[in-house]
Amino acid sequence: MRQIGIIILKEFFHILRDRRTLLILFGLPVVQILVFGFAITNEIKDARIAILDPSRDQISREVQQRLLSSGYFVLEETAADMDAVLRAFREDRIKMAVIFPSAMQKRFYHDDKVQIQFIADAAEPNTATTLVNYATAIVNDYQMDKLRMDDLPLEIHTEVKMLYNPRMQSVYMFVPGLIVVILTLICAMMTSIALTREKELGTMEVLLVSPVRPFLVILGKVVPYFVLGMIITVMVLLLGRFVFGMPVRGSLALLMAECVLFVLNALALGIFISTRTDSQMVAMMFSLIGLMMPVLLLSGFIFPIESMPWPLQWLSHILPGKWFLIIIKDIMLKGVGFSYIWKETLILIVMLLVILAAGVRNFKIRLA
Amino acid sequence: MDTVISAEDLTKKFGDFTAVDRISFEVFQGEIFGFLGANGAGKTTAMKMLTGLLRPTSGQAQVAGFDVYRQPELIKQHIGYMSQRFSLYEDLTVRENIEFYGGIYGLTFKEIRRKIPQLLHELGLLEVERQLVKSLPLGWKQRLAFSIALIHEPRIVFLDEPTGGVDPITRRQFWETIYQSAAMGVTIFVTTHYMDEAEYCHRVSMMAQGKIAALGPPKQLKQAFQAQSMDEIFLSIARGAK
Repeated sequence: MRQIGIIILKEFFHILRDRRTLLILFGLPVVQILVFGFAITNEIKDARIAILDPSRDQISREVQQRLLSSGYFVLEETAADMDAVLRAFREDRIKMAVIFPSAMQKRFYHDDKVQIQFIADAAEPNTATTLVNYATAIVNDYQMDKLRMDDLPLEIHTEVKMLYNPRMQSVYMFVPGLIVVILTLICAMMTSIALTREKELGTMEVLLVSPVRPFLVILGKVVPYFVLGMIITVMVLLLGRFVFGMPVRGSLALLMAECVLFVLNALALGIFISTRTDSQMVAMMFSLIGLMMPVLLLSGFIFPIESMPWPLQWLSHILPGKWFLIIIKDIMLKGVGFSYIWKETLILIVMLLVILAAGVRNFKIRLA
Repeated sequence: MDTVISAEDLTKKFGDFTAVDRISFEVFQGEIFGFLGANGAGKTTAMKMLTGLLRPTSGQAQVAGFDVYRQPELIKQHIGYMSQRFSLYEDLTVRENIEFYGGIYGLTFKEIRRKIPQLLHELGLLEVERQLVKSLPLGWKQRLAFSIALIHEPRIVFLDEPTGGVDPITRRQFWETIYQSAAMGVTIFVTTHYMDEAEYCHRVSMMAQGKIAALGPPKQLKQAFQAQSMDEIFLSIARGAK
């Protein structure tokens, strides 16, 4: 028992003396969360637009006012003609243009229909879609108000409620996502590197010849990364809470317990990788390409799993990160209890056992 | 003389491949036993079986009085081991390395603290006790690694190519250290590539294709093979194997 303490202590010495490791451990999570939080956002504010309005009557002006007071758009140019609009697009001064028809007011009251054209810069498709959606919603809203004023007998009024994330903040999405990514990185990659480093140095040989049981050698190496993984999880949660106002609606104890389960999964993966290779470099590449990339791309963190082609959807099922992401989002945003996430938890437990068994088997083969 | 290692028909198969093929030998207390052979001759596999890392396929072996099948954990407590890469932690200090390995071999902190000054004094490393191992010259690392392999006062120490990559003077000095330990009754089981080092051993065995092709004191072997040097014997055995 004392021997495992010594191994744990030694591992902390390694970590604390290596600036690069420290930087990855503590710098990376902070930088990632700040970058994702402040720089990468799906929300659009103050997009520059041009307006071409040959009507200049009350209706067209009211629509313009609605658009510009929404906070999403600022007026870059009042264009005189279509050429001016297209020039503004080419010069990259605007993201969207709003083209009104002539005699808007007259058409609005007397014709069956009146058209407003939105032209968006689809070189950035996501932004273009979002802008057009915003603008359409604003115009619809205006129309609704107008109709109500004119006292129509029949109306259908839609009321939208964005459950769990009423302000549609992307931070609600990426804090859970980042926890998955960071825990995978620290627990799986750092563990596999730490273990293969001992092999490269030849110290693993000596440890295995020593009276300490192999199981305890591995355990001693892994415990520090477990501790660090948990510390960093708390750090990310606190940053999310106090910098970005990300709530934890469910039980904190349940959340931490699930984090422990996922950390164990990641550690087991790290051990498994280290049983397959003797080189730190290979371990790192394998962790990055075999674990990090799938977690980033396939866990549902960045791209929705539902819209992936079926082979990728299928692939995402074997990622522990995918299930863990569902669990922590449910706990943090929906505030659900264990009865809602027991299936995902069970999947993680089964995965943990399978990975551990594979790791132990590899390890045994090496010894036998 | 006490027998500290004995092997009888010791065999290890990996699938169809027989890495070690029914080898038998004995090593006596205080002896320097050279374990030679070309790469792939089965040296490492044989050594792994004797150090409790690998389970033999068949045959018998006792190390320090313990059975390799039933008591590998007890064997591990009674042997020292030094690998060809010296196996020190470069980012730990000299003192921390000694403390770590001392602890791993089950010494109490009290014992370790008592041993360190004496050990450092013998090694002439008192001044660099708090320096990181990576700043030491190779020869010093080598002697440090050897002392660490002996820290729990084992009866046998296994040295796996302990002089690889070290200059001839340092190698010579290292062999003096080995002699001193052997004189104090420690049994040295050493593998090496250098045939001049084989001459320093009390007895050597030469492996080829998993079998022991020659076994005895260097002088006797040279007579038996009518060779001038160990090199010649090694070459004739290696050629004969092909």
